[in-house]
Amino acid sequence: MTWASWTDFFAMGGYSLYVWGSYAVTAAVILTEVALLRLRRRAILRQLTGGEGVRRP
Amino acid sequence: MLAILRSAIHRDLLLAWRRRSDVATAALFFMIVVSLFPLGLGPDPELLRRIAPGVIWVAALLASMLSLNRMFSSDLVDGVLEQMLISPMPLALIVLARVFAHWLISGVPLVAIAPLLALQLGLAPDLLVVLVGSLALGTPILSLIGAIGAALTLDLRGGGVLLALLVLPLYVPVLIIGSGALESAAAGQSAQPHLLLLTALLILAAVFAPWAIAAALRISVE
Amino acid sequence: MNPPALALRRINWFHYASPQTFLPVAGTLVPWFAWAAAAFCAAGLYTGFFVAPTDHQQGEVYRIIFIHVPAAWMSMFIYLVMALWAGVGLAFNTRLSGMMASALAPTGALFTVIALWTGSMWGKPTWGAWWVWDARLTSELILLFLYFGFMALHAAIDDPRRADRAAAVLALVGVVNVPIIYFSVKWWNTLHQGASVGLTAAPAMAATMFAGMILMAFAAWMYTIAVSLHRVRSIIFERKRDADRTVQYAKGLRQ
Repeated sequence: MTWASWTDFFAMGGYSLYVWGSYAVTAAVILTEVALLRLRRRAILRQLTGGEGVRRP
Repeated sequence: MLAILRSAIHRDLLLAWRRRSDVATAALFFMIVVSLFPLGLGPDPELLRRIAPGVIWVAALLASMLSLNRMFSSDLVDGVLEQMLISPMPLALIVLARVFAHWLISGVPLVAIAPLLALQLGLAPDLLVVLVGSLALGTPILSLIGAIGAALTLDLRGGGVLLALLVLPLYVPVLIIGSGALESAAAGQSAQPHLLLLTALLILAAVFAPWAIAAALRISVE
Repeated sequence: MNPPALALRRINWFHYASPQTFLPVAGTLVPWFAWAAAAFCAAGLYTGFFVAPTDHQQGEVYRIIFIHVPAAWMSMFIYLVMALWAGVGLAFNTRLSGMMASALAPTGALFTVIALWTGSMWGKPTWGAWWVWDARLTSELILLFLYFGFMALHAAIDDPRRADRAAAVLALVGVVNVPIIYFSVKWWNTLHQGASVGLTAAPAMAATMFAGMILMAFAAWMYTIAVSLHRVRSIIFERKRDADRTVQYAKGLRQ
């Protein structure tokens, strides 16, 4: 195992800012895209069904 | 066929002559942008001499973009464009003539006044040949690529800024190779590889760009 | 002739090019690809963080590679696929192709942003600067501009058919230019900086590091497919709405 403890894992050998900065931004950007996709889909389905409740996709 | 091409170019040049001020605008813009750099960076001759190739090329790039969005728009208004589309002549050829005329109007003045600006920035006089050569080979490529963007953004709202957004990234190789020619000549090396590469790009663009422009025009007009 | 070839022939591929037939097919495929993406991502992250050893030159910071390299690959690959769809759309005049191309563009731009961001995060400790005009970073930046141009052109044209076709021409022009841009930037870089520091890890890369990278690349693939299919469904719905509105408007005119 590479890591002695969880603290060790989060410290990333002193590079925590860079490693976690990369992963956090990537995760945030991808989650944003997924959220935007869902909003877009919900909006168009609502318009097509004339404002009634939307069937879960 | 050649006669028709010649008459097409003749017509474009005549139209440009009627709007002489447009031609002057691009050249004037070029001069002003280049003069801004010493004002912004200070008059240190050593610095100016070093940045001169890049400054002149970037300014030429921007200046050659100014008149792009008018390349086809007046033809659209007066119906000439539709005649071009239904004419028995291959559209790509007509378009090539149009681009050539555009280059004569907007590119050649830049090539002509560039040596003066280069001397202002303190570029060594023996580099002027390379400067003129690289601009003479590079500006037609800019016109060809720019015409694709002009045809795609024909008659669109916000066309000018959009055109810049589409076209500037595609200008990058010309900028790099063109200013690279000057830099390597300034470093005492031969500029020939750069100029040959520019020639290759020019041939490539002259062969393929007219098709893309023609396709884009058909899409924009139909 | 053997039966499979015959069967393959009998399928009319253009049948699937119609948005109406494609809609349910895409709908059933999306969750599968989404789950595959999640599974590959979990496996890749586990391999990357718990199996792959510490790099003896760069230390732990190299672990950015597990997102940086797949993102950079995807950013270029998506542009190619986008141009391919664009070309198919222009050649066969299929409506779906243009929609696929415009569904891929935002995801391509997203991966380009990720590649740039992680490249900069990796550059700071390695080169000591957040941004270096390295050949790869620079061409990635220009690729981002190409994506923005594609999306801006598509957004500026109201008629969806014209938008698809105009953007397709731009994508094809861009794809011809990408290698030229890459080589000119690379050349520019060697002229101005001498040898540049590579972002990729040492040549002797441990097999587990490579495995983690490949797993993450698969995750990025699956994610891209899921997201673009999902987006293309929304696009089909939106075009349906616009067509309906046009019909309503025309009916209103006749009365």
